[in-house]
Amino acid sequence: MNALRESIHRTRPTDPAAMEVDGLSVDIRTPEGVAHAVRDVSFTVRSGRTLALLGESGCGKSMTALAIAGLLDPVADVVGGRIRLNGADLLALGASERRRLAGPELAIVFQDALTALNPVFTVGAQLGEPFRIHEGLSRRAARDRAVELMERVGIPEARSRAGAYPHQFSGGMRQRLLIAMAVALRPSVLLADEPTTALDVTVQAQIMELLRDLRTERDMALVLITHDLAVAAEHADDVAVMYAGAIVETGPIGEVFAAPRHPYTRGLLSSVPGGGRPGEPLRFIPGSPPDLRAVPSGCAFRSRCHLARERCASHRPELSGDERGRTVACHYWKEATDA
Amino acid sequence: MLVFLRRRIISGALPLLAVVLGVFFLARLTGDPANLYLPLSATPEMRAEFAARNGFDQPVAVQFLDYLSQIVRLDFGESLRTAQPAAQAVLQAFPATLQLAGATMAIAVTAAVVVGSLAAYRPNSLADRFAGLLSSASASVPDFWFAIMGVLVFAVTLNWLPTSGTDGMGAWVLPIATLLIRPFGVLVQVVRGSMVSALSAPYTRVARSKGADEKRVIFVHALRNAAAPALTVAGDLAVGLVNGAVVVETIFGWPGIGKLMIDSILQRDFAVLQAAVLLTAVTIFALNILIDACYALLDARVRQGVAT
Ligand code: SF4
Repeated sequence: MNALRESIHRTRPTDPAAMEVDGLSVDIRTPEGVAHAVRDVSFTVRSGRTLALLGESGCGKSMTALAIAGLLDPVADVVGGRIRLNGADLLALGASERRRLAGPELAIVFQDALTALNPVFTVGAQLGEPFRIHEGLSRRAARDRAVELMERVGIPEARSRAGAYPHQFSGGMRQRLLIAMAVALRPSVLLADEPTTALDVTVQAQIMELLRDLRTERDMALVLITHDLAVAAEHADDVAVMYAGAIVETGPIGEVFAAPRHPYTRGLLSSVPGGGRPGEPLRFIPGSPPDLRAVPSGCAFRSRCHLARERCASHRPELSGDERGRTVACHYWKEATDA
Repeated sequence: MLVFLRRRIISGALPLLAVVLGVFFLARLTGDPANLYLPLSATPEMRAEFAARNGFDQPVAVQFLDYLSQIVRLDFGESLRTAQPAAQAVLQAFPATLQLAGATMAIAVTAAVVVGSLAAYRPNSLADRFAGLLSSASASVPDFWFAIMGVLVFAVTLNWLPTSGTDGMGAWVLPIATLLIRPFGVLVQVVRGSMVSALSAPYTRVARSKGADEKRVIFVHALRNAAAPALTVAGDLAVGLVNGAVVVETIFGWPGIGKLMIDSILQRDFAVLQAAVLLTAVTIFALNILIDACYALLDARVRQGVAT
């Protein structure tokens, strides 16, 4: 009964949004010109749910996360859009106001936990840092909180291990530490950028399970940035598929994976074994994504799309769809699904 | 930590012995003290008596063994020139050198950390380029030239500062500036380099994601990582400073151990020279251990012998 109620709760798209990203665009200044790394990206995440931001490397999904977290390198600029987080527009805030939200409202987990943890500080000090910065706790009190966090994420002998350094932990344990640090102040939104890529399969599953438990327990909205279709399929409620810096399709993950509408999503799904429909041969999408310094007019996917025609070169397809959150950016998706 | 230090002390003692040996024999190559301390008309008997009194009539090997057995008992002999115990002469001169070197290093490190960090914070910015120009100029200026120009301009022409001695604050300016200029230039470049990589490391981004302000990101997270390489170089420079004191102390008449060494070489005052060199060597040896200890304190991976 409880499980049923939870699943009803989780599929109700009218929950208040924890975070709304609207028209986010990021440019990167490179020696060869400006790259439009993120182009007009919009999505919504809700408390207690997981949105997978899915795409190949270089599609702009990590850049999107960094832009949301306010951690872009100096060569990258947000050139448009709004990010509403619990009523505040992040992009309109000053640096110190954003810092105040970094941790209590919005947190991020990176993929390589060895380099993401500072090698010269004990993990206890690093996990306690959010409490020291935001709650002004003493070193000792912060460390106690750090130990509690370590226990919560399943680090054995947390109290004595708090005095150890990052290199003394295994990859999986380091990732747990990183996650603990991110959820320390109970953020409403957690961005997880490829959180399991560097890990082997069994550890991967444990980490994903930990993330899901924490999300449910703390009613966080989780944005799972990944290139891994299987991870997305298993752990996300909704999906937004990115290609060449833009979102091409969104929707509840079961529906999108069962009946993809955008030709790119279809190609992506059929390029993994077992991803396509039964009996359909494994195939790859021919060609490669466009240079983001010179994105072609119209549809960015058109050079690789077997449905492309004149209109695709002249008119950029907008994301549009039904009220249930199922959207697609393609002029001719209906023909694709009929075919 | 204690094991670590013991290992370092044992491995450092051997070079120290080599220094003692080297100085002892090299000093005796500079000439016979009798030529300086006895009148030209001295008879062979007077010379023999002088040599016997100072032990110079013994074979060099025997002299050396005597010397070794003396220094083990912390007896460093007497000055030929003043008949004062050599240890006393050296210990009187040493604080002046230490003060000069200490003040110089303190200023150089502080200034280099600030300038290097600011330069690294925005690579290729105007501030960075200015710091680059400043540091490479100052790292490559010959210090004796700088010292002489300083004396000419500020002491002789403008008459703002004394040419030599230790009287008043003004007397410190030119010696410190001269000693400072190269370590400062080198350190700025080292600090900048290691700060650039520390500031672009993922953990810096993670620190920001926790809401750490820029001051904390730069001076806690990044600097602590950048400190190790900077410290190594600073240690080498400090060692160089104790050595380089010879030039500066001679130019500015600073009554430190460098000047004492030069004087005692000119005077064939073997006991003082040996004591001065030995003390310098011990200081450098201690400095190296101190650096290693700091290094290990800064980075657990060094302490635990983990390959990085
Ligand atoms: S808009 Fe045209 S080119 Fe783009 S995916 Fe749809 S059919 Fe293909």
